[in-house]
Amino acid sequence: MKHLMKIEGLSTVFHTEEGKVTAVDHVSFQVREGETVCIVGESGCGKSVTAMSIMGLVEAPGGQVNGGQIDFAGEDLLRLDKNTLRAIRGNEIAMIFQEPMSSLNPVMKIGEQIMEPLMVHLKLNKKQARIRAIELITQVGIARPEQIFGSYPHELSGGMLQRIMIAIAVSCSPKLLIADEPTTALDVTIQAQILDMLREFKESGGMSILLITHDLGVVAEMADYVIVMYSGQIVEEGGVVELFNHPKHPYTRGLLKSKPVVGQRLEELYSIPGQVPNPLTLEQSCYFHDRCEHCMPVCRSRQPRLEELGGGQKTACWLYEEAEVHV
Amino acid sequence: MTVDSRLAGLREPQVQRQKSSLFRQSLKRLMKNKLAVAGFGVVVFMFALCFIGPFFSPYADNKINMAMMNKAPSLQHLLGTDALGRDILTRVMQAGRISLTVGLASMVLSVFIGALLGAVAGYYRGIADQIIMRIADLLMTIPGLPLLFIFGALLSEWKVPTDYRMYIVMLMLSIVNWPGLARMVRGQMLSLREREFMQAAVVLGLRDSRKLFHHLLPNVVPLLIVMATLNIGGAILSESVLSFFGLGVMPPTPTWGNMIDAANNMIDFQDHPWLWIPPGLSIFATVIAINIFGDGLRDVLDPKQKR
Repeated sequence: MKHLMKIEGLSTVFHTEEGKVTAVDHVSFQVREGETVCIVGESGCGKSVTAMSIMGLVEAPGGQVNGGQIDFAGEDLLRLDKNTLRAIRGNEIAMIFQEPMSSLNPVMKIGEQIMEPLMVHLKLNKKQARIRAIELITQVGIARPEQIFGSYPHELSGGMLQRIMIAIAVSCSPKLLIADEPTTALDVTIQAQILDMLREFKESGGMSILLITHDLGVVAEMADYVIVMYSGQIVEEGGVVELFNHPKHPYTRGLLKSKPVVGQRLEELYSIPGQVPNPLTLEQSCYFHDRCEHCMPVCRSRQPRLEELGGGQKTACWLYEEAEVHV
Repeated sequence: MTVDSRLAGLREPQVQRQKSSLFRQSLKRLMKNKLAVAGFGVVVFMFALCFIGPFFSPYADNKINMAMMNKAPSLQHLLGTDALGRDILTRVMQAGRISLTVGLASMVLSVFIGALLGAVAGYYRGIADQIIMRIADLLMTIPGLPLLFIFGALLSEWKVPTDYRMYIVMLMLSIVNWPGLARMVRGQMLSLREREFMQAAVVLGLRDSRKLFHHLLPNVVPLLIVMATLNIGGAILSESVLSFFGLGVMPPTPTWGNMIDAANNMIDFQDHPWLWIPPGLSIFATVIAINIFGDGLRDVLDPKQKR
């Protein structure tokens, strides 16, 4: 399959009072056409910043993307001028945020907000946009679309708002949909509906999805390809079945182990000991070494590279590289 | 009756309630504030009196009548006559037209300038912000009244025709008033632009102008309404002060301020109180009413205050 977006060596830094923080550190991956790629990891490991960097939401002077390229349909998003970028955003790449309650403008009617990208990108007139907007509201499974059209965001529930966000995101039939924890703020039953809806839109519109989540259940349900991030780096990636069946990196294993299983009652749920390291004090080492069960001397002094281990799965861990080093 | 139709019947009232707009909700809350409603009543009354009243007055031509100089209130002249025999009530109404127009127009102008510059400064930050806000700071460091006095004195010095003075006074008041508004709007912009819905707007690929005027400014409108209302009161007061000192709108164009000025001597002050009490009371009532109404509006519209 052809790749739709190819990210090469993406690095994003934030300038804080205490110093420079590298939130995304030489991340490379690709999203193929019609594929769902999931980025998983704990809080603070750079998932959202990766998405923000793709969308150009990292703004100076606070932070900046200081390296790499994001090739989207033949163009480098990081080097496009403002106008071209604007024509791509919302039109070819759309994004859904975590908090539906705060991602809609509180003083604009729902309908107007759906009409906006239709009028801006597809150049529909008001009347056409209105008709299309009502269609979209129906498509995301909301009854009484006419009435919802005229409501304000505070009058709807979180689940409904997230549907509206999806309606806005898919309104221009984007090629890529970036969903940054789209179900985190919703309750479980709504979660399933939202995910189903995303999958439907993906299949009917042939779009790719870059899904960012910390929920492995969501990953299992949605992903074709999984990227595991830790401390701003990719530590493991691979096809979803491969990765779930044969997790290689101790971090991935830990994540999978800490997932509760329905019907299984444990005294205590497994958790990976320790915390994500402070990004200010990172040294030349495997960033996971102080939490790793298999920590070796080499882990403390050198950084493992992301190596292909067969089956398309890539892992950055000395456990697997060491064999080669010694042979 | 099927279950469906019965359900539909049950849902109906909810549908009605959902339809109420933000505006209607605010109006409802405002109606509960008796004082604010009274204030609004007084404002409406003053406007009606000044703009419609003169049509019913037999003395609207302002003819000088030497036989009726400085007459005390009577049935013929409800509020008496002035030094030139003109009817005070008619004069007060005509003066009110000018004073209220000056207040309203200068408010519109200063809100326009203030909102626009404040929005641009807060949204773009950087150099635009520096230039706009430093100018605003400069204007704010000089107290308003002395600045207006200087402007007024210059107008007199340059012998600006009386007819134009009214418009220039409006402009002067706006120049003094916009920095406060701009500063407020800028502050709001700075916090609003970081909100998630603005990131969503960026992601939608909207133009700056659209983000600014379609997404950000409407969020400031409640605040602007409140500021604008209070601003009218201030502008009316400033205009009166200026005109009282003979630096604002000049006679023969009547304003409340220069009507009081006309009684600015010991004899008139003591012996002909009907010369200055009616315009004075008009200023007092109008400004107080506007401020009370504005405070009521703030209680309703300002989201930062607890309800």
